[in-house]
Amino acid sequence: MNAQTQFAPEIPVLDLDPFDEDVLRGPETYYEALRAAGPIVHLSRYGVLACGRYSETQEVFSDWERFVSSRGVGVSDFKLEKPWRPPSIILEVDPPAHTRTRTVMTRAMSPKAVSALREQFRIEAEALVERLLDLREFDAVSELAERFPLSVFPKAVGLSDPDRDMLLGYGSLVFNALGPENDLRRRAFENAAEINAWIAHHCDRSALTPGGFGDTIYQAADNGDLTEQEASMLVRSLLSAGVDTTVAGIGAAAFCFATNPGQYADLVANPALARQAFEEVLRCISPVHAFFRTANCDTEVAGFAVPDGAKIHCCLGAANLDPEKWPEAGKFDIRRRPVGHLAFGTGVHGCVGQTVARQEAEAVLTALAARVAAIELTGEPVWRPNNALRSLDRLPVRLSPR
Amino acid sequence: MPKITYRSADGEETTLELRAGTSVMEGAVTNGLDGIVGECGGSLMCATCHVYVAADDVGRLPPKSEVEEEMLESAAAGIRPTSRLSCQIKMTDELDGLVVEIPESQY
Repeated sequence: MNAQTQFAPEIPVLDLDPFDEDVLRGPETYYEALRAAGPIVHLSRYGVLACGRYSETQEVFSDWERFVSSRGVGVSDFKLEKPWRPPSIILEVDPPAHTRTRTVMTRAMSPKAVSALREQFRIEAEALVERLLDLREFDAVSELAERFPLSVFPKAVGLSDPDRDMLLGYGSLVFNALGPENDLRRRAFENAAEINAWIAHHCDRSALTPGGFGDTIYQAADNGDLTEQEASMLVRSLLSAGVDTTVAGIGAAAFCFATNPGQYADLVANPALARQAFEEVLRCISPVHAFFRTANCDTEVAGFAVPDGAKIHCCLGAANLDPEKWPEAGKFDIRRRPVGHLAFGTGVHGCVGQTVARQEAEAVLTALAARVAAIELTGEPVWRPNNALRSLDRLPVRLSPR
Repeated sequence: MPKITYRSADGEETTLELRAGTSVMEGAVTNGLDGIVGECGGSLMCATCHVYVAADDVGRLPPKSEVEEEMLESAAAGIRPTSRLSCQIKMTDELDGLVVEIPESQY
């Protein structure tokens, strides 16, 4: 835990526990309380600050100089405590070191590079939708949200023997590790040894097939842009951030459409809306619902003093539902075009895999709209609590063919 | 407030007054203009805010960063010497009268 930082008494205090499992399953009441309390709020349970209004969240998240990532993007301050694994050389680092690794990743996953995968994603999505129509009633988490990303992303990275449990388990671990020392985090670490070993082996050049993202990253090492060790760390980043997030996003899309049949009908009639529909899904149910930043100097936000070392819980999910920014914020509207939403972050650390994520979602939604007339819920959705990820555990649905 | 004219691929022109500091991408998106998408919200990650700047205006703009140069390679429509990513062009009083052409497609 952090040393207790003293916060100015003027800063509004919130006694809620944002890491309570019920809150993590349904964070909207936390989001409302956070936005209502003030532009910057003191979370007294953890001795950290938090923001959830669009304006301040956008400000803090894009100002990498005052609010660094190198001191960790979870509760733990890397200046005070040893990180659980060697820090990510892209996520948990600041410019200028960040710029070098970021450039390699942006090139590897540029829109041009990802467009080469479009056909393959389309073929897999169409095959999956046929399978789902055969099943007719199924759990959309295991059969769609998990199945689709696992059918395309490990291959795109270049993993020759993807292991579903290892990949899903690692993402879950990485995101739970961002939280405080709670049960979720402790349970996540119970199975860590086996998962960590599997991941480490699969970051090695020998485990990666030619032509994938992993190989592209190692080629950058051949060019002298990175060391081989750094290349393996960047492959680790891909495996940390590239699976559970899209699982959460595609699950959220299925949920949004199952609970808003009129919106799904609009998508079926206008399948070209698929891409912007996914942006609206991400706005309404942000998969990475919050990340921390750490103040690296004595500064202020919205007139409130923020001291050096203050951890700030930046609630991207709350900012994405801020009525000051979004008219009828709570309404899922695929015609909205929510440009500027924070689900992929913003600024120099904005999600470097966002083009891949969008391409996956576009493939799935386009394939569904072509063959499926309606998606109905057949039971209660169940959410899966995680210290940083907002994701479904079960979503029982029935499909009707067109 | 500085004025900007967006010319769509079929020749239709829309002139808007934008507050100084607003990007050409933001001006299009917030005013419901078709043809400029700005998927990444202006973070130089998507190349879907591609425009062709009017030849006369190219010299009035600040130069492209290395990142913008590289991202332009991902633009869907053909790249011209006048190509820019419009999230990187912030309107100023000095850019009053800017004219940009919207490409056929951003995908």
